[in-house]
Amino acid sequence: MQFNSFAEFLNMGGYAFYVWLSYGVSAALIVYLLFASVRRNKTVLEQIAIRQKREQRLRQAAELNMQEQGINEPQINDEMIEAAVKQSTQISK
Amino acid sequence: MFKWLHPYANPEVSYNFCGKLQPWLFRLSALFLTIGLVWALLYAPADYQQGDSFRIFYIHVPAAILAMGIYFAMAIAALSSLVWQLKLADASAAAMAPIGAVFTAIALITGAAWGKPMWGTWWIWDARLTSELILLFLYLGVIALHNAFEDKNLAGKAAGILSLVGVINLPIIHYSVEWWNTLHQGATVSKLGAPSMSAVMYWPFLMCLLGFSFLIAALVCLRFRTEVLARNSMRPWVRTLAANALELEQPMSCNSHGKHSQNQGAK
Repeated sequence: MQFNSFAEFLNMGGYAFYVWLSYGVSAALIVYLLFASVRRNKTVLEQIAIRQKREQRLRQAAELNMQEQGINEPQINDEMIEAAVKQSTQISK
Repeated sequence: MFKWLHPYANPEVSYNFCGKLQPWLFRLSALFLTIGLVWALLYAPADYQQGDSFRIFYIHVPAAILAMGIYFAMAIAALSSLVWQLKLADASAAAMAPIGAVFTAIALITGAAWGKPMWGTWWIWDARLTSELILLFLYLGVIALHNAFEDKNLAGKAAGILSLVGVINLPIIHYSVEWWNTLHQGATVSKLGAPSMSAVMYWPFLMCLLGFSFLIAALVCLRFRTEVLARNSMRPWVRTLAANALELEQPMSCNSHGKHSQNQGAK
């Protein structure tokens, strides 16, 4: 142990400000990066799930429309649904 | 010879592999960083010239080394993406850029906080500091390019070309202290040859370097998995994953949704 007391440890031989500034800023940046990375992972998963829900609802609405108009042949294909979903939602960043 | 690598070109296999590695990398980094930082702050001796301000070294140097290391890794990923059109290489390059930027910023800020008491100035436009600042700008440029295009393949190409051009900066950073007169001291630790410092300082440094390396590897795993998800959002395995994740988070709203659509159906 290089220091005799806690106060001496905090003082860092007179370089307290510079040493603790370095360690503090580094810790803060790393913690921020950690949280930002975890949050972005969650956001991306959520956005994919939300888009999927919207896609289901659009599909349901389209089927309902067809029933009302008395069309039995499926005139709506996956690509049209995908295009509609893409228009209404976009995964940001 | 490298045939065992082939399955990892599949995004799902790579995603799961990184998911398995990730917790162990975080644990290892916590272990080595705890050992390294406690050793560096409490048990390593003060420098005979610089006193206790030398303890900044244990963050500053690993951060600076690893910032360059990440850049090199990112450039290799960019090259393999440009040459062999590996989409996963793009995803890993996009995952590494923000991590590299943060560690470059740490190297710059701790360097400034070390420079003030030792040199009498926070900043000086000499070769080492300026080239390190350019490294930060290169990282920021790569991040910006990755986010600038809706089409991720196009974005990966543009960012990849910038990363490859920026590799020229790495030898400039490394040799800047030899090529130009500078306030910055020469390399204390080099990978080749014996370190020019005593073992009581070298070992805590090595622990910190290992700890930060594992931390970076863990962060790369996490961000890489996010990138893979975002780039494969229409794949069935991603959709299942996303649906499960949302259900786990808010089971109530899912139920009410179901009812809502049933009502619509009845109407």
